[in-house]
Amino acid sequence: MTLLRLTGEHLLIVVVAVTIAIAAGVPLGTLAYRRRRAGGIALRVTDAVQTIPSLAMFGFLIPLPLIGGIGPRPAIVALVLYSLLPIVRSTLVGLQRVDPHVREAATAMGMTDRQLLWSIELPLATPTIVAGIRIAAVTAIGVATIAAAVGGGGLGTLIFRGVAMVDTRLILSGALPAALLALAADFVLTRVERHFARRRGEA
Amino acid sequence: MIYIIEYRDVTVAALPDVTILDRISLRIAAGERVAFLGRSGAGKTTALKLINALVKPTSGSIAIEGTEPHDLVALRRRIGYVMQQPALFPHRSVFDNIATVPRLLEWDEARIRERAEELMHQLDLPLERFASRYPRMLSGGEQQRVAIARALIGAPSILLCDEPFSALDPLIRVELQTMLISAARDTTLVFVTHDVREALRIAQRIIVFEAGRIIADATPEGLATHEHPLVRRFLASAT
Repeated sequence: MTLLRLTGEHLLIVVVAVTIAIAAGVPLGTLAYRRRRAGGIALRVTDAVQTIPSLAMFGFLIPLPLIGGIGPRPAIVALVLYSLLPIVRSTLVGLQRVDPHVREAATAMGMTDRQLLWSIELPLATPTIVAGIRIAAVTAIGVATIAAAVGGGGLGTLIFRGVAMVDTRLILSGALPAALLALAADFVLTRVERHFARRRGEA
Repeated sequence: MIYIIEYRDVTVAALPDVTILDRISLRIAAGERVAFLGRSGAGKTTALKLINALVKPTSGSIAIEGTEPHDLVALRRRIGYVMQQPALFPHRSVFDNIATVPRLLEWDEARIRERAEELMHQLDLPLERFASRYPRMLSGGEQQRVAIARALIGAPSILLCDEPFSALDPLIRVELQTMLISAARDTTLVFVTHDVREALRIAQRIIVFEAGRIIADATPEGLATHEHPLVRRFLASAT
């Protein structure tokens, strides 16, 4: 019962965080592609965020108003920050990989920049973007176990409790479901990625 | 007389000291079939891309149908463009690829279908067999025919071709040249090639580029007696 509830919490935190990261990361990656300078800055910032040790990140967030504190909110904020980099980068790479001849053909047919982006570039970049989302989601499921340290709930609660009590079974009861969740997310998102790649004409 | 394409003293420089086209002046009349012939690096592709404004002149100007175009998006929708790579949109079916320009022009779907069917028939791409296929399922020659249909469907006043057949095997090439001439009979055709035989087969007028300049501008018959050494070499390579 507790396990089910904690797994649900865990999943909820990750889904909310990755969804926010997608909503912010894909536009940021597109910006990085369109405006090299602004994009360079965005990439460097998300890169720097990635280097912060996750336990420290949760710690930094505790004293911050609005986004910080204790509970699921700082956990989600931290996970968004971690998920941003793979999504921004994969969006940028996906857009850069679009065949320049295809882009030239679209421009020569009289597409505006916006039409080119929405009807050619983003659809063709989708498999790569999904690959970034997959990495972000799998990472987030792992990092989310640390969220328990700031009262974020989730499967980390069991792990921290197990560490405190030196109870391997208790640790495993949190770690195994987390690992299974990560594998399941990886499996599902790999399928999604392949689906888009097929539509794009690669597989 | 208004020319459909007019180069007015056009220079294109990549860097201050690298001139790709050097003060080109040239007029092309509506309905002409023109070949730009030259070795690679001669400037012929750059000259072609000036017409649909994929390249901008460093100095001089280009007039299309008598005026210097300002709305490049509108201009490009009136000009067909076929490259050496078919560059089809891989995520769109053959029909959706072909329908791109009319959809940008907001034609109704019935008209698009009618016109697509007619063109696909001319290019030996029966609609019922090809419409829902994806580019990856087609041979190189078929892909290039789709690219031609995609370029012609909007009934452009100008069709630009940049070595469209040079990646195909020689037998298919001749067949496609014939198809192209017939499908594009109502438009002004500008065709870039380095193959003098192809130029002679397709064009009524051949313009020879070398080092960013025009060294010959002649009918196929006129070219045969042209005395420029490079033209002689080109012709010798054909026999």
